[in-house]
Amino acid sequence: MSDETPRIRRVAGSLVEVSPLRAALYELALVGDQKMLGEVIRQRGDLATLQVYEETTGLCVGEPVEVMGATLTAQLGPGLLGSVLDGIGRPLERVAEATGDFIAPGARADTLAADARWHFTATRSAGERVSGGDVLGTIEERPGMLHRVLVPPLVSGLLATLTSGEFTVTDPIGALADGTPLFLSHRWPVRTARPVLERLGSSRPFVTGQRVFDLFFPVAEGGNAIVPGGFGTGKTIIEQSLAKFAEADIVVYVGCGERGNEMTDVLTEFPALVDPRTGRPVMDRAVLIVNTSNMPVAAREASIYLGITVAEYFRDQGNRVALMIDSTSRWAEALREMAARLQEMPGEEGYPTYLANRLGQFFERSGRSKLLGSPAREGAVTIIGAISPPGGDFSEPVTQAALRVAGAMWALDAQLAHQRHYPAVDWETSFSLYAEQVAPWFTEHGGACWTALRQELMALLQKERELRDIASLVGPDALEDHDHLVIEAAAIVREVVLRQNAYHPHDAISSPQKTHALAAAALELLHKGEAQLSAGSPFSSIDLVPARRALMAMRDGETP
Amino acid sequence: MTGSLERVYRGAAAAGGPLLFLERTRRVALGEWVIVRMKGQADRRGQVIDAGEHATVVQLLDETVGLAPDRAEITLTGEVATTVVGQELLGRAFDGHGASADGLPAPIGEAVRTINGAAINPVRRARPLDFIETGVSAIDAMNTLVRGQKLPVFSGPGLPGLELAARIVEWSRAPRGEPFAVVFAAVGITARESREFVDRLRASGAMSRTVLYLNEAAHPAVERLLAPRLALTCAEFLAFERGIHVLVVIADMTHYCEALREIATAREEIPGRRGYPGYMYTDLASIYERAGIIRGRAGSITQIPILTMPDDDMTHPIPDLTGYITEGQIVLSRELHRRGISPPIDVLPSLSRLMSGGIGKGRTRAEHREWSDQLYATYARGREARTMAAIVGASGLPPADQRALKFADAFEENFIAQPGGRRTIDETFAAGWSLLAQLPRDDLLRISDATWQAHAALSTAPSAVAVPP
Repeated sequence: MSDETPRIRRVAGSLVEVSPLRAALYELALVGDQKMLGEVIRQRGDLATLQVYEETTGLCVGEPVEVMGATLTAQLGPGLLGSVLDGIGRPLERVAEATGDFIAPGARADTLAADARWHFTATRSAGERVSGGDVLGTIEERPGMLHRVLVPPLVSGLLATLTSGEFTVTDPIGALADGTPLFLSHRWPVRTARPVLERLGSSRPFVTGQRVFDLFFPVAEGGNAIVPGGFGTGKTIIEQSLAKFAEADIVVYVGCGERGNEMTDVLTEFPALVDPRTGRPVMDRAVLIVNTSNMPVAAREASIYLGITVAEYFRDQGNRVALMIDSTSRWAEALREMAARLQEMPGEEGYPTYLANRLGQFFERSGRSKLLGSPAREGAVTIIGAISPPGGDFSEPVTQAALRVAGAMWALDAQLAHQRHYPAVDWETSFSLYAEQVAPWFTEHGGACWTALRQELMALLQKERELRDIASLVGPDALEDHDHLVIEAAAIVREVVLRQNAYHPHDAISSPQKTHALAAAALELLHKGEAQLSAGSPFSSIDLVPARRALMAMRDGETP
Repeated sequence: MTGSLERVYRGAAAAGGPLLFLERTRRVALGEWVIVRMKGQADRRGQVIDAGEHATVVQLLDETVGLAPDRAEITLTGEVATTVVGQELLGRAFDGHGASADGLPAPIGEAVRTINGAAINPVRRARPLDFIETGVSAIDAMNTLVRGQKLPVFSGPGLPGLELAARIVEWSRAPRGEPFAVVFAAVGITARESREFVDRLRASGAMSRTVLYLNEAAHPAVERLLAPRLALTCAEFLAFERGIHVLVVIADMTHYCEALREIATAREEIPGRRGYPGYMYTDLASIYERAGIIRGRAGSITQIPILTMPDDDMTHPIPDLTGYITEGQIVLSRELHRRGISPPIDVLPSLSRLMSGGIGKGRTRAEHREWSDQLYATYARGREARTMAAIVGASGLPPADQRALKFADAFEENFIAQPGGRRTIDETFAAGWSLLAQLPRDDLLRISDATWQAHAALSTAPSAVAVPP
């Protein structure tokens, strides 16, 4: 082959070697006759190694490759909300129109519909100086849902023209004096964090509506939590419950290497489910990114970066955004698969040595920030990342790497899941570094003595575990009356406060007030029992069943 | 790989284990089908697993004993692996290559399909909601199977995993009597196991609705990677192009994973946990995810893969990765099996993730969820009490624990065990309620007052269903 066309020299799984090709790292390329999208991940001399985002079976040595001169970008603008994208940003509906019910390689589709027209109202005028992050105007994307059109970060200058009116995402809405056109949308490279003015601390919690998290292991807005748990411990249910009920303006949900039928659940439920705070379908505030386990591995690796970039874009408009990753481990495995094919020297369990770094960089893209541009505003991205440790063993590399950067860990326990205690959060190994900083907010919005309540409940559960250990060694006869009361009260706390039924119409979401009321009532039960004991009554005379049922009625009642 | 043509090479550079290494090949495609011929020997088939200008790796599906690389004639066919599919395959048996194994001529079929399949576009999937009555109480009551689900059986060496699958195939009743079929892939199981399963199918009269792909223990190991894919390709055609509800049974995925490891080691890849390759999750997903329902198409694929947990260890990579992909698992217990409880299903670690959609009013019964939660909770408490009783004696337990312990015994003997054969869903409910009825109301906190009263009214009525044996 004497011509200088870059051609495929080798195909191994999703990896392709191409020469002669001198490209930049992460530069995109169209691979083969079908023009599949790929990305350069190694360059040696004139030999480039690419990872291909589509199924490579049938790809042939000798087929041509063409580089595109840009890295993988997300197309950001109106129309994102309610969409379902694959790992590289193609709307799956459009892919289906192109290739049918089964995904075939080579489908090209922009993230945003090119023909949708949006009514843009300019809030800035010609002659003004604008810079990156400035709000140029707004679009009412859905009833009551304002989409702020921003000057892309890194762009600035004198505004020469800006017009209100009906536009598609590719029509210019104005221009800077130097000729730079402005659009309703812009592109941003997914592997680069979008800049902010200043990172802020946060005293406001990310209210999950789940009692065990809000009360015991809260996450600050702009913080991050990891949810490690073996299979069947309920990671996905937690991720979905949070996506549905947590207090966030926008939810970005990344199904990274997970089950197809699970995504169908999300796709049927989200449009049907009404957000109690806004009265609109949950889907209206959601962007779903779906790369199931049988879809190409390289696109799975990219999917979380697309997710965080979309989340940052909505944050930049001044929103509080929640990013759900289910599951981080599948991303790490994709990384491992690529590293192994590159024959890199492996670190622990075959994972590449840069796993912890990449993971750290990713989680650090969460945060609450003062944003670029005017008007001055703040926004936050909170990341909740599920982790699937092999054999449920948390000592494995992905969990350990994530632990180093996580602000909270919600450890899921197979034993609790087997008892159908959901969310199966193990209160002994879980932790939150945010508890103190958000306690004042919860005290104000949930109820008095929030921290004291939390501590007393945790002490009670701790005491119960000790007593149960004793009882299992020497038998329950060795326990005193007060010990029996502690065990019974703790059982009620576990049953009524910590357990929460994600399918129950009234229990699925619990406001801070309800969480507080239930926790306080459960403790009062203990205190009353203690008073009876000190008054001389034996434990056997105390009947906790009616109180327990009253608490359950309160839990399942209509008050949110 | 349009435009690729058949090319013939004489002599390979090297061979080792199931791999053949070619040099200086032209326009090789990944996954390309290869035929290797040697004088006086049967043709061998293989697949390109690493396509390169300088070096190409072919994975051979047949035994390599007697293969001399420098004398072999290697044909690159220019096609990826395909198989014939069609309704006329029903009632037929094939080997792990898809060649006829029942003495009949090769089928002409209705179409030829590539065996690797393609991912169903998630937005085109329909939600699995149709309850399948398997007749097994432990499944119907507590781990409900729905159409389009993938629900594996986690068995152990010597446990009757395949027998349970046979029972499900025999006993299952589809919701509305729509057309159904069974596709069975034997993967590395013994000829005896495979024969027993097929005999049961024959006895139940389901054989004419069944397609068999048999790769038994004596057959080439690498072929194990092919058999499940052939079965699923056949099932996809029947389900999505002919509107049939297909139940795919694959036994045993443990042998499949071992074949996968064998290839990975032969390629000198960096091993993951216990020597299994790092991409095993992705590879298994490419099999398990070929279950489901597609919007606007009539049929469905329900998968029941069976696997053997080495040393009954559920954290072993094979059950572990499977559990992360499938929608639950049915776990068999050695202890129950030893005690003669059949089927020996341990409901505590078992799970059906799609249960919620398939049960409740209009599907099974309105109270299904709370009733099943209550059975589960009381049984779990009883099992805990059993452990405790081993230390302090049953009489040392608090009264509620004693009641739960008694319940657990009765539950295993009269609910899990089914000596009397198939139970309808009504019989399963009757059996469950009669066990719960022996407990005081205060022990049954997962049952709501409304359900409790409704049930009490029902069970005093003369039409109450009798408890089956």
